[in-house]
Formats: sequence, C-alpha cells, structure tokens
Amino acid sequence: MLSAALALTFLALVFGLLLGYSSIRFRVEGDPVADQIDAILPQTQCGQCGYPGCRPYAEAIASGEADINQCPPGGEQVIQALADLLGREPKPLDPDRGAEKPPMVAFIDESDCIGCTLCIKACPVDAILGAPKQMHTVIADECTGCELCVEPCPVDVISMVPVEEDISHWKWPLPKVANGDAP
Amino acid sequence: MRLWSFHGGIEVPGHKEISTTRPVEPAPLPKRLILPLSQHLGAPAEPLVAEGEEVLKGQMIASPAGFVSAPLHASSSGKVVAIGEHPVPHPSGLSAPCITIETDGEERWVEREQRDFRQLEPAEIRETVRQAGIVGLGGAGFPAFIKLNPGRTIKTLILNGAECEPYITSDDMLMRERPEQILRGLLIIRRAVQARRCIIAVEDNKPEAERSLRQALGSMKEDADDIEIVTIPARYPAGGEKQLIRVVTGQEVPSGGLPVQVGVVCHNVSTAVAVYRAVELGEPLISRYVTITGGAVAEPRNLEVLIGTPVEELLQLCGTDPGAVQEVIMGGPMMGISLASLGVPLVKTGNCLLAVGRGEIEHPEVMPCIRCGNCAEACPMSLLPQQMYWHARAKDFDRLREYDLFDCIECGCCAYVCPSNIPLVHYYRFAKSEIRARQEQKRKADIARERHELREQRLAREKAERAARHARKRPGPSDESKKAAIQAALERARAGKQGAAQDDV
Amino acid sequence: MFKKALSSPYIHNPPFSTRGMMFRVILALLPAAAAYAWLFGWGVVVNMLLATGVALLCEAIMLALRGRPLQPAITDGSAILTALLLAFALPPLAPWWLTTIGVAFAIVVAKHLYGGLGFNPFNPAIIGYVVLLVSFPRELTLWLLPAQLAEHTLDPAATLGYVFGATLPSGLTIDALTAATPLDAMKTQLGLGHTTSEIMANHPVFGLVGGKGWIWIDLLLLAGGVWLIYRRVINWHIPVATLGSLFAISSLFFVLDPQHSPSPLFHLFSGAAILGAFFIATDPVTAATSNLGRLWYGAGIGVLIYVIRSWGGFPDGVAFAVLLMNMAAPTIDHYTKPRVYGHDGSGDA
Ligand code: SF4
Ligand code: SF4
Ligand code: SF4
Ligand code: SF4
Repeated sequence: MLSAALALTFLALVFGLLLGYSSIRFRVEGDPVADQIDAILPQTQCGQCGYPGCRPYAEAIASGEADINQCPPGGEQVIQALADLLGREPKPLDPDRGAEKPPMVAFIDESDCIGCTLCIKACPVDAILGAPKQMHTVIADECTGCELCVEPCPVDVISMVPVEEDISHWKWPLPKVANGDAP
Repeated sequence: MRLWSFHGGIEVPGHKEISTTRPVEPAPLPKRLILPLSQHLGAPAEPLVAEGEEVLKGQMIASPAGFVSAPLHASSSGKVVAIGEHPVPHPSGLSAPCITIETDGEERWVEREQRDFRQLEPAEIRETVRQAGIVGLGGAGFPAFIKLNPGRTIKTLILNGAECEPYITSDDMLMRERPEQILRGLLIIRRAVQARRCIIAVEDNKPEAERSLRQALGSMKEDADDIEIVTIPARYPAGGEKQLIRVVTGQEVPSGGLPVQVGVVCHNVSTAVAVYRAVELGEPLISRYVTITGGAVAEPRNLEVLIGTPVEELLQLCGTDPGAVQEVIMGGPMMGISLASLGVPLVKTGNCLLAVGRGEIEHPEVMPCIRCGNCAEACPMSLLPQQMYWHARAKDFDRLREYDLFDCIECGCCAYVCPSNIPLVHYYRFAKSEIRARQEQKRKADIARERHELREQRLAREKAERAARHARKRPGPSDESKKAAIQAALERARAGKQGAAQDDV
Repeated sequence: MFKKALSSPYIHNPPFSTRGMMFRVILALLPAAAAYAWLFGWGVVVNMLLATGVALLCEAIMLALRGRPLQPAITDGSAILTALLLAFALPPLAPWWLTTIGVAFAIVVAKHLYGGLGFNPFNPAIIGYVVLLVSFPRELTLWLLPAQLAEHTLDPAATLGYVFGATLPSGLTIDALTAATPLDAMKTQLGLGHTTSEIMANHPVFGLVGGKGWIWIDLLLLAGGVWLIYRRVINWHIPVATLGSLFAISSLFFVLDPQHSPSPLFHLFSGAAILGAFFIATDPVTAATSNLGRLWYGAGIGVLIYVIRSWGGFPDGVAFAVLLMNMAAPTIDHYTKPRVYGHDGSGDA
C-alpha cells in the first residue's frame, strides 16, 4: 500500500518536472496564437469588430476576451477558419457588428474633392493619395473597403462602389444541382 | 516504334466524318473584326493603336505585357472603330477589352519579310514566333515562343496531331491539305529547340491525314531521317499533352512541372503551320482552320477563318438554322466553352464551333454518387474523382489538395462515365477557382497588413516627433485655424454644388 | 437565346445510369428469387412483396420528412433492391412485423438518417437483417423445410393467414413445418461431436454439397452474378476475392481436418455466401472503390465469413463479415490510393 502511494508520488513528481522543464525548454517566443489568428483575419482594418484593427482583435480572441464571430468583412469563411484553428464550434456572425457584404472599394468624386486630407488621415492602409488642397484619389488595388474614409469627408464625395467583376476575377460557382444531392 | 498507354481514358464516338467531306476554303472577309486583348494564357496585351486609326493587315495592334503574354495583329486592313469591352468566348459569358476593326476590303498587308529559317539562329526564331503572336493552337493558348526556349537538352520533339476530341477536324484537315507546311514548321521548331528526334503523332482514326503526311515526308529531300510519323490508338484524351508524352515516350511529366523536365517539347500541328508562316513568309498569326459542325449546321465543314470573325457569321456561312440551335460550343464537347452569345469573335484557340441541335445533347438528371468507381477507372491522371467530388462539395479545400486537385486536366472523362451524371468537372473548376481566389485574397490581406503596420509605425514616429517639437515649444498651426480653413473650403464647395444643380435645372 | 450548360463536358455516356444499374441487379436476382419461392412456398413471395411495399412507403415518407422531391429518388430502384435482398435473407415464413421492422429500419435508419442513397456507410439491407438477427434470433432461424422434404405445404391463403394472423391450418404446428438451416444443423451437430460425413449422411436437410434445394438457388444466383459481371454492372474483383478467399481458407482447414471441417464447396453453397459475394458485398456505396481495394475488401469478407461460421456465435457470418468490411472500406481506400500521373511511386499525397 505504502509502496504504491510512494511510487505514484514519485511518478507524479517525475512527470511534473518533465512538464515543467519542457515548458521552459520549448517555450515559443511571442504569442503564436494571436499571429495565427491575425493571419486568418481579412486585414480590412475597419474596426467593426470593436477593436482598432485586425491585430488587436486577434489578440483579444487569443486572450479569450473576444468571440470569434465579430468580423463582418471576414464573414462565414473567417469564422469557420477560426473555429478550425481554435477547435471551437463555428457560430453565425454577430449581427450587432454588421453584415457580410460583397467586396467594395472607395471612390472619390474628384471634381468635388476639396483636398482637406481628412480621408487620408482616416485610411488605415494609406490607400488614398493626395496632398493638401489637391484632389485625392483612391488606389483601388490597395483599398480594403473599410469605409472609414466615408464618414470624415466633409463634402460627402466618397462613395463605396462594388468591385467590378471581370474575367480574371470570375469564379466558377458551385454547381446548382436540382435534386436529392445534398445531405 | 514502341508505344505506351495511359491509365483510363474513354472511347467516344468521333462524329468527325461529317465535317471532312468538303475541302477547306477561306471564309469571306467579315465587316467587323473583334480582337480580344487576351487570347492567350498570361497578361493581356496592351493596345498600340487608338480609335480611328487606320491599320494594315498583319500590323501589330497590341504588344505583349510581360514575359508570359502575346501580341495581337490586325487580321485585315481597315479602321479601328472601338477599343473597349466586348463579349468574348469565356465560360463566364462576361466581356473583356477588345479592339474592333472595321475592314475596308482591300486586304492591304504590312511589309512581310520572307526568310530561310536555316539562316536564323534559334534565338531569332523564338523572337520571330513571339512577335507573330503565336500561341498553342490546340489547347489553352500558352505563348508558343516559351516552349521554343527550353533551356535544356531536348531528346524528343512531338508534334501533336492526335486531335482526340469528338467533332473537331481542323487539325485533321490541316494535315491532309498542308502537310508540307507542317513539316516545314517542324523543321523550324526542331532548329529552335535543337531536338534530337521528332515525332508526329496522329490518332489511328485519321488515315488520310497520315497518308498525306507520309507522302510529304517522302518527297522531302533532306533533313528528314530523324522525323517519324506514328499512329497512336484513338482513345480520348490521347491528345492531351501529358497523355501524348506518356504514349510516345513512356515518360510522365512531373506533377506541376513542364515537359522539358523530361526532355520533351510538344507542339500542335497547327502551331507548326503558324510558325512556318511567321518565319518563312513573315505572316503573323491572323487566321486558322476552324471546324464548323454539329446537328444544327446544314453544311458542316472546315473554313480558314480570320481571327476576330464573329461566330454568328461563321455559323451562317455553313447554313445554321438559328431556331434549331440548342447551344453553341467553342471547342469540343468534352472541354469546350458553351457560348453565352453568338456575337463573340473566334479567337486564336478556337479550333471548332459546335452548334448543337435541339435534343442532340441531353442534360440528364443528377443522382447521388453511388461510389461506383467508374470515374476513377476513366481518369487519365489516375486521380480519385469521386473523393475530390465529395471534398469539393464540402468545400474542404485542404483535403482537395491532398487528392491532387491541381493535377486534374479537366478532360471530362470522369463526368462522361458517371452513371449519376454528376457535373464532376464543374465541381473541380469551382474548387480550383475558389482556392485561387483565396490565395489572392490572402496575398491582398498580407499587403494590407503590411501597409497598416507601416502606417502605425509612421504615426507613432510622428507622434514622438511632435512631442519632441512640443517640448521645444515651437507652436504649429493651431487647430482653430485649420478648422476655419476647412469650413471655408466647405462653403466654397457647397456653393459650387448648388451652382451646378441650378445649371442642371 | 438558347440553353446554356455552364461546364464541359457536355456529353455523357455512362455504360448505364444509376437507375439502370439498380434494375439490372434486381433483374439478376429474380430467377433465384423464383427458385426460392418454388422451393419454400408462397411465404417467400409474400415476404418480397411486403418488403418492397414497406420499403417504398418508408422511402417516400423519409423523402418527405427530409424535404426532398420524390423524384428521382423513389424510382431509382435502390429501395426495392434493399427490400428484395432483405427478403432473401428472411425465413420463408416470417410474420409481417418481422419483415416490416427489418425493412423500415434499413430504409429509415441505415439509409436516410445517414443522408440517403450514396451517403450510407453500411449496406441498409444488412443493417436491417442484423438488427432482426440480434433482436429476434428465434424467429430468424425458423426455416421452412424445402418442398422436397416437407410433408405439409401451405397454400397462399394459409400463408397469408400465418404471416398476418400468426394462425396455421388446424392440426399443423410451426415445428412440423420448419427445420434448422443446413449451416445451423452442421454447426450444432459438429458441436455434438459428430464428423462432417456422418452429419451429411444422416441429416435430411443435406444434399450432395450443401443443403438440399439450396444448390439450385445458389446456382441461379451465381448465374445472375456472372451476368452482372458480363454486363459490367459489377466488377469481378469483389465476388472473386470473396469466394476465392472463402474457398482457400475452408480448403486449408478441410485438408487439415476433413472430419470436422465442412468441405469448401459446402461453404460456398451454403447460407448467403453467393448472395453476399455477388449482390451484397458489391454494393458500390459501401465497398472499397479501387480495383486493388476491392480485392482486399472481398478477401477480407471471405475470411471473416469462415471465421464467424466456424468460431462465432451465429451459424452464418456473411452479414457480419460484410458489415465489418464496410467499416474497413474507407481505410482500404486510403491505403490503395492509385499513384497519380506525374507523382513518383512513394504514394504520398
Ligand atoms: S472587423 Fe474589421 S478590423 Fe475587425 S478583424 Fe474584421 S476586418 Fe479587421
Ligand atoms: S480608401 Fe477608404 S475604404 Fe479604402 S481602405 Fe482607405 S479608408 Fe478604407
Ligand atoms: S462515376 Fe459518378 S457515381 Fe460513380 S463514383 Fe464517380 S462520381 Fe460517384
Ligand atoms: S477531369 Fe480531372 S478528375 Fe476527371 S477524369 Fe479528367 S483529369 Fe481525371
């Protein structure tokens, strides 16, 4: 009896030490979970998730502070990927945060732009070109469609336009099968 | 010569005899030529002409944008009337940038330089082929000059005259009618790639083509001893590049690799003719043989067609009854594109127009997959189409890559034999384009992240600098004055807008 | 303008459609079914009709519950095939509720709760049968004597009376009509210490190779199966591997100990071996899919049949053998993945 208890204690000790050692020996620098989450997020940097950008949201998820369904631009696809990564159940997008939308880019009606540079300050990815008192332009390729520039514009000349579908971006749709072929 | 075989494949009824009874004639000059800037794999060409400009036949009107790209030439003389979006042959049915030329009927050529290829260095040949806008005419339209630049020793040069898809006979007719040009083209390509031996592969269901090639080869005086004509068993897709290389050499192109890696270069017979015309006659690629066939066509035949000719006109020429057409396919029934409109032009890769009569092709109802394995048995790439189908349906893209989705050549054998008529290839195309789109999305997200981080750093730096300046008590423009400036600008803008609105009234 | 199909290929020409496949299998089953009825009386016919009716009804109800259109699923023949196969495995005089429970379980649980045709990991007919075997072992072993041996036979009316009312014509008891199946008899007698030759000679149910009369059913099943292979409805791999391995392993034991091991032919022509090899194991939905995989799969079934028959608790092992190999099919598929063109032989993804 005593010997069994002793043996068990000994074993527990050995394993405890081993675990302790390996956690020191194999500790990884930084917070890889947050990095991995950040890699999944769409980087629109719109703040709809309630955090000032994708990275802070990633850290909030990693620390357990935020849920995985708060990013409207990422939508279902991102929620699914996060659920896979974190081993959780996917859930529908939190409707309070917004809805999933088709991809958009900002467009500045340059004839009416007064060159106030307020939009440049708002743009999280520096996708707007222009100097004070000159017309501003959006580099459509860099624009993430975050809409943050729309509100600040004092003359309301920034609008969001859907990204045009062209042949090189066209995707084959999932085949529509009329009957009986889905679980 | 020893031949090998490939896994799977199917026997398909050829329907080829219906379009080979009439000799090939040039199609009459159309009033308008519509030339898409992207008729090849790679970056679209960039226009060199402006609207209203007069162009000559064979004049380069768009130049390649980048290495994997091809220039574009006016198929006839006339005036550029439009540069802009026009429907093109594409599964999406969308439009793409095109140059439209109104022909003047005079067929005035640019200056053509006639040369003897023996006097040309391989690099010169490649450049000529590149400048002539030649792309692979049998398949996806890969710029041909790239395949003339192997950068390795080439053991075998294969000319592909298999033409395994049903209904299509344009290569067959070319081999029957212009065997000398094919052989000349072969010699030129051989010189460019410095191949040791040359093989022309013809499927055994084209005896006339083979005979005429052999005759032409027999009457060639020099240079012909390393050229061999082989007949290969007709089995779809024996004309697929990977399958043909396997049949002829017994070797397999490594996954994701190119034929040159196993010392093989493969060109289509029509490409060889285009190469001959470009090098020896100085003519860029502006026309090709096209099969116009199908149940809705009264006089199925082959025509020599200027690139850019509207499909509608070609169908009319062969007596197509518009009311009897169920769908029109550019290419063959196994891999072609069903056209969304008949206003699209014929493009460089368009070897066939198949006007399907009503009821000629059925779209039977789709049933659940019963895992019969027919598809796996038919797949010439030895893939597991059934498993790929289940994972594509489930959008499990990681698993799909494990099942080597990107090795699928979209030949359609699997769907052809599926007893449940599942549109298998459609699922693979869906999955492939979705995977590519996600990669692209990821790339853009990475750029956005980087730009965002740079900006954050910049802001932090600016803040630090401001703080430093503040410490030195150097007042900048006050917030108040800034606000006033904006306010003033705002007033001006409003006034301007109102003025504009009044003008409108 | 005109109808546009989105993706090539635009032409299809499978050797036959899924529906055509099912009905060919049913066709191949019919001669043996007729022989079965001829030998064992009207009960077989009643069983088959009842099973088919219940199967179609359950299929329709389940399609409706799952919000699926009735067409084309209801006419694809798969429900009828399941019903016929199950009826083949039931005793010729089964009470109506036995058939109904078995078929209903097969269609409702084993097929539709898994997602319908194509999604079921196990053969529905087998699941139905196994459920009955486990829940009502006594009813499932009440086998009628073949007509050649029976002193009494039941006319259609009496059969219906028994099936639906559990009543027999006066003076008859169920024991007078039934006897153990050959496999059952063999097993019991071997357990009592008799040798195979004694058993075969003394027990009335045995004929030349196996059970009396059964040989005809099995020969007709064999003929049907060969026809299916000839028409390329099924591949030869699974039946040949199944029967081949059963033959091989029973020969081995027969040679080692002929007095206590039934002959290989006895094994092939008894119980559901032929039916299983040609009609049940070949169900593509639940089998391995590559030809190499099919050989392994069939071989596994053959060996398992022998093991269960010889050492297991049940006289016949076909159902359990197929079920076990159904479970192994995905693994077999995984390890028999063909080498993709352009990949080297190491076989990894
Ligand atoms: S909601 Fe906007 S900021 Fe938040 S994670 Fe999504 S894209 Fe990034
Ligand atoms: S341009 Fe506007 S919408 Fe686009 S990224 Fe910048 S702030 Fe967002
Ligand atoms: S051919 Fe069709 S039914 Fe058969 S396994 Fe392949 S996808 Fe499934
Ligand atoms: S389309 Fe792809 S999966 Fe289907 S047979 Fe061809 S290569 Fe195989």
